[in-house]
Amino acid sequence: MSKRRPYVRSMDGWWRKNPFYVEYMIHECTALFVAAYAFVLLVGLVRLGQGEAAWNGWLDALRSPVSVAFHVVFLAVIAYHTYTWFVIMPITLPPIIIGGKTVGPGVITGGGLLAAVVVSLVMLALVWRIV
Amino acid sequence: MSENHKIIEIEVLRYNPESDDEPHLEVYKVPFSDDMSVLQGAQYIKDNFDGSLTFRWSCRMAICGSCGMMINGIPKLSCETFLRDYYPSRIRIEAMANFPIEKDLVVDLSGFIEKLESIQPYIIAKEPRTLEQGEYLQTPEEFNRYIQFTSCINCTLCYAACPQFGLNPDFIGPAAIALLHRYNMDSRDGAAAQRMELVASEEGVFNCSAVGYCSEVCPKHVDPANAVNINKTNAAKDYFLRFLSPKGGSK
Amino acid sequence: MMKAGLKRSNAPIFWGLFGAGGMLSALFGPVLVFITGIAVPLGLLLPKGAMSYPKMQAFAQNFIGKSFIFAVIALFLWFAAHRIFHSLHEIGIHAGLGAKLICYGSAFASTVIAAYVLLVLGF
Repeated sequence: MSKRRPYVRSMDGWWRKNPFYVEYMIHECTALFVAAYAFVLLVGLVRLGQGEAAWNGWLDALRSPVSVAFHVVFLAVIAYHTYTWFVIMPITLPPIIIGGKTVGPGVITGGGLLAAVVVSLVMLALVWRIV
Repeated sequence: MSENHKIIEIEVLRYNPESDDEPHLEVYKVPFSDDMSVLQGAQYIKDNFDGSLTFRWSCRMAICGSCGMMINGIPKLSCETFLRDYYPSRIRIEAMANFPIEKDLVVDLSGFIEKLESIQPYIIAKEPRTLEQGEYLQTPEEFNRYIQFTSCINCTLCYAACPQFGLNPDFIGPAAIALLHRYNMDSRDGAAAQRMELVASEEGVFNCSAVGYCSEVCPKHVDPANAVNINKTNAAKDYFLRFLSPKGGSK
Repeated sequence: MMKAGLKRSNAPIFWGLFGAGGMLSALFGPVLVFITGIAVPLGLLLPKGAMSYPKMQAFAQNFIGKSFIFAVIALFLWFAAHRIFHSLHEIGIHAGLGAKLICYGSAFASTVIAAYVLLVLGF
């Protein structure tokens, strides 16, 4: 009879065992804040559909200190999502070869972050012109 | 042992399937010199304290891939990790995470071996050539497309780093997918469509959530995370475009 | 030799939505939060009337504006649903169908609501 009795270790709390995993879990949790913000926008859209009074009610709600505080948190957390999204990007893309050389991970991450900055500035400029 | 050596405490996760219900830690005080690896520390314990301590090793020079273990919780090759870098703290060594423990520091790799077989890790010629037709030629550019993924030594540190493999042992996992990618990227090979069935399956690439730690711990810089994630894109293309292609994708 | 009985994963659909939403929120998320949640409510930097009813109604009736609002709300939520569903599995909550329904179900319901409101708002 075989004396084998392989022992399978529990995975409970695996993500606490290594700083790399802790960071992974933190950047995964940014999704909760992205979802929360999207729900705020969805409520805004529904209120827009209900007419001017409803829309103005939503705008008033956004002016409350609690709402502003929440949005400051959203901004910080979603900016962290942006950062981690582009840090991961080099492992998700096939090699990009320019002039016979493979583009390094730093360039890909930097390019992504630069794109986010450009998009932000363009968006702000557009909102300005709307007025 | 040379004279005037220091003493380091090595804490070892022990498990004897014949007598233990679960693994437990045991501490050994090991005299060491600056040139001693963690593997040599384990060998010292086996030779001087407890001959039953079980672990795998062979080449002692980071090429055979047998001596992987968790060293202070991090998957490393014990032959290229040095005791001096941990002294004076205590060092803890355990069997590679996410695998079943066979005995002490030895894990059950049979699942990994089956996965290696399943990816068809050999060239399946795109256009078979007869001897008279001569060798299969390849340009340096074609060679560069896969060379990085040939460096794998099957040490399975990437599996010990992959929580998704720990959560779902059926996941084909980083090293096997990196090797699969190595053959898919070889200009002489024509079996990418065959391998796609595995890549796109429930055991395949979509188990990966891009933790990326596999590539961090890889001692040969294979970057298995990149191989897995490139194949997510390939599998997604296959998923959506299979209806357009006259040949169709896998089932 | 290939393994027998392999089942094709349907993940590409959800993974695709996850990737699109992740990219969109990485590029547009911070600036949108700043505009709608901080700058306009506080009257900082941006003009006060930037989100007035007539302006936003016109924006939501414009084809590009409509598409943008729809993409932001729907894709942000599909991205979040996918990540949260996976995180639940990772911390050991294998609620299976229940977790799936809550995560993807709320993304789906929100997508339908957003599409409905945007259609009713007209062109």
